[in-house]
Amino acid sequence: MKSWGNFPSLKNQKLVSTKSCNFSDKAKHLAIGLSRSYGDVCLNEDGVLLSNSENSKFISFDAQTGILKAESGVTISEIIKVFLPKGWFPPVVPGTKFVTLGGAIANDIHGKNHHISGTFGNHVKSFALKKSTGEEVICSEKNNKEMFSATISGLGLTGVIVWAEIQLKKVKSSHIDMKSIKFKNLDEFFSLSEAHDKNFEYTVAWLDCVSSGKNFGRGIYMAGNHSENKTNLKASFIEKIPNVLRTVPFFFPSFILNKYTIRIFNALYYNKQFSREINVPIGIDPFFFPLDAVFNWNKIYGKNGFFQFQCVVPESKSKECMKELLKIAVDSGQASFLAVIKKFGNKKSPGLLSFPRRGTTICMDFPNAGKDSVSLMKKLEEVTMNADGALYPAKDALMSELSFKKCFPNWSKFKKYIDPVFSSSFWRRVSGE
Amino acid sequence: MANKSIKKVVCFGATSKIAYETLKKFANDHVEFYLVGRNEEKLSEIKNDLEVRSGKVVKIGICDFSDLNKVQALVGKVKSEFSNFDTCLVCHGFLGEQEKAESDVRYANEIMNINFNSYFILLTEIANYFEEKQSGNICVISSVAGDRGRKSNYVYGTAKGAVSIFCQGLRNRLFDKGVNVLTIKPGFVSTPMTAHLKQGALFVSAETVAKGIYNAILSGKDEVYLPSFWRLIMMLIKGIPEFIFKKLSI
Ligand SMILES: Cc1cc2nc3c(=O)[nH]c(=O)nc-3n(C[C@H](O)[C@H](O)[C@H](O)COP(=O)(O)OP(=O)(O)OC[C@H]3O[C@@H](n4cnc5c(N)ncnc54)[C@H](O)[C@@H]3O)c2cc1C
Ligand SMILES: NC(=O)c1ccc[n+]([C@@H]2O[C@H](COP(=O)([O-])OP(=O)(O)OC[C@H]3O[C@@H](n4cnc5c(N)ncnc54)[C@H](OP(=O)(O)O)[C@@H]3O)[C@@H](O)[C@H]2O)c1
Repeated sequence: MKSWGNFPSLKNQKLVSTKSCNFSDKAKHLAIGLSRSYGDVCLNEDGVLLSNSENSKFISFDAQTGILKAESGVTISEIIKVFLPKGWFPPVVPGTKFVTLGGAIANDIHGKNHHISGTFGNHVKSFALKKSTGEEVICSEKNNKEMFSATISGLGLTGVIVWAEIQLKKVKSSHIDMKSIKFKNLDEFFSLSEAHDKNFEYTVAWLDCVSSGKNFGRGIYMAGNHSENKTNLKASFIEKIPNVLRTVPFFFPSFILNKYTIRIFNALYYNKQFSREINVPIGIDPFFFPLDAVFNWNKIYGKNGFFQFQCVVPESKSKECMKELLKIAVDSGQASFLAVIKKFGNKKSPGLLSFPRRGTTICMDFPNAGKDSVSLMKKLEEVTMNADGALYPAKDALMSELSFKKCFPNWSKFKKYIDPVFSSSFWRRVSGE
Repeated sequence: MANKSIKKVVCFGATSKIAYETLKKFANDHVEFYLVGRNEEKLSEIKNDLEVRSGKVVKIGICDFSDLNKVQALVGKVKSEFSNFDTCLVCHGFLGEQEKAESDVRYANEIMNINFNSYFILLTEIANYFEEKQSGNICVISSVAGDRGRKSNYVYGTAKGAVSIFCQGLRNRLFDKGVNVLTIKPGFVSTPMTAHLKQGALFVSAETVAKGIYNAILSGKDEVYLPSFWRLIMMLIKGIPEFIFKKLSI
């Protein structure tokens, strides 16, 4: 069992189905979803991983209120497949649709609509939490409120989420009206965000993170709203390709991804859009989940895996800090394919350890080339800490105990809600326990 | 053949993994369901799930298929509570342990009852119902194991073989009565039934098989192997002369 980043590589993890687990094993337990987290929040060395793939049925749906009750192994993909045709959409979606309800709650995930809708946890009405004692605790804003807050963003440590009730959002069509604007540098990004974020439910920007000099900080700002009109969009080019051809059959040898290929990719991406601004209708998949078009793209980084760096930095320090982080990435030459930047809003999540907070978030990938990559990640971490920012546990494999405790000052309050039989490799690394 | 219009599906053995995956596909088309199985709790979980997906009310009926006395009455109940259903899916199954079946006749009989005799009763009733209506789709899950007897599972294989032959007869009888009879012959599928076996390269997911079943029902097929390469494998296996086959252990 590995996480999405294929790093770290841990031993002795036993996979057991949640339904059949009675916690008789002395080892520490951890519930998992589809392991779409990058680092070690979904890993548990020398422990038991509780799979929820058999725990993935819908329970009920109220078409008046839009409240869906489903088992925790249900995926965002399945929710979209079943509910979009009925005119409903998940309240928050991440950059891949292959995540479970349990994972979405435990990492309190955010999406392109954070500035309007907050995190996933903002839309969770209630859930049942199975404790190692066998007891099932129903948690909501009203009942067991503390356990509710601790479990949303609780990294799976409070028990197993068995089912949850979430609020779906009504939509009129199955596509997005997208505005896409090229920008030449980060200052331009910040002005675009300032000007347009308020008019669009979904916003995000892609950043070129190899170019220096006059192209430093260039990118494409993308914003969208659920369209009010129904039109039938043709399947995009990539959707017509059969699934087998969209699967990476093996780990790529590491030489395939290098400075040059990544430079070409970044240049092609920036130049795919000819005019400065375009306005087009676009499907749900290409807008929200472009990476899902290739099912296991993580394998192109080779067997050693890769790191993802994601942080958020407060508004007041955003501009300076984003430039500095990007500069470190560009200068390192350890080019990254995917870098995105977005301004978070100030809607507060009920989650105790929730990552999103007002400010700017940036997210970059780096192939794991050993020592150099680790020191690059450490440098990025340091800059973030100096700017009073925070790192995202769902994407992290390296942050120090000190950084964790600084990023999440509620950690000590959180600790008392941990189920004694539960733990994760991430938690042992950052809690110092 | 043009795609059929399917509105009301009754499924026997609805808690089977293959059945559930298939029913999910029909739920997308807002079909109504009547689910039959022995485990009420599991059935109601599937009922809830399919109700959310289809937006329609789902009915359930409880029956243990090893108790043959109850099967006929059950079909009567389905007919009265679920009038005018147009499609019937029969999915329950019990692999059993071959060795035990060799020494314990009652046990072997149970394997035969669940896998064949209950099918025989159900299908006779359903066939007559559809024949009278002059329309309907019957889909039955048999197995490649029924294509040739092998020492490793011939009791189960006998039952499945009987199901296949019974369905051939029904098909022949009903083809000009507007009733389609479809026999599904899956190879190895990853489901609770095979969870104890080593999952080799020939194993496919229940979802893959479900897709094949769904398409075969809609297009009015007679007999399909799933995945389709099993047709070729079984042709080869059936082609081996008995005097050689008896010496093999496959
Ligand atoms: C391409 C890609 C894009 C992404 N984009 C975003 C993004 O835009 N925004 C964002 O926030 N994240 C993003 N992510 C990260 C991803 O959304 C989170 O890591 C998510 O939590 C993964 O869900 P999962 O079901 O795979 O859970 P896992 O990764 O398996 O587990 C995640 C955590 O949830 C816990 N958990 C899982 N199920 C349960 C349960 N039933 N009960 C209790 N705890 C449970 C685990 O213990 C673990 O701590 C992205 C990931 C990928 C691969
Ligand atoms: N898996 C394979 O490799 C494979 C290959 C070829 C053919 N098949 C056939 O496919 C069909 C579906 O099986 P599956 O693979 O989906 O396995 P499964 O999930 O284990 O389903 C078996 C089903 O049979 C039901 N059942 C068993 N004994 C019963 C009884 N006495 N009364 C009522 N119901 C009973 C089970 O009910 P409970 O849920 O209550 O236990 C379950 O719903 C079966 O006919 C099987 O023979 C399977």
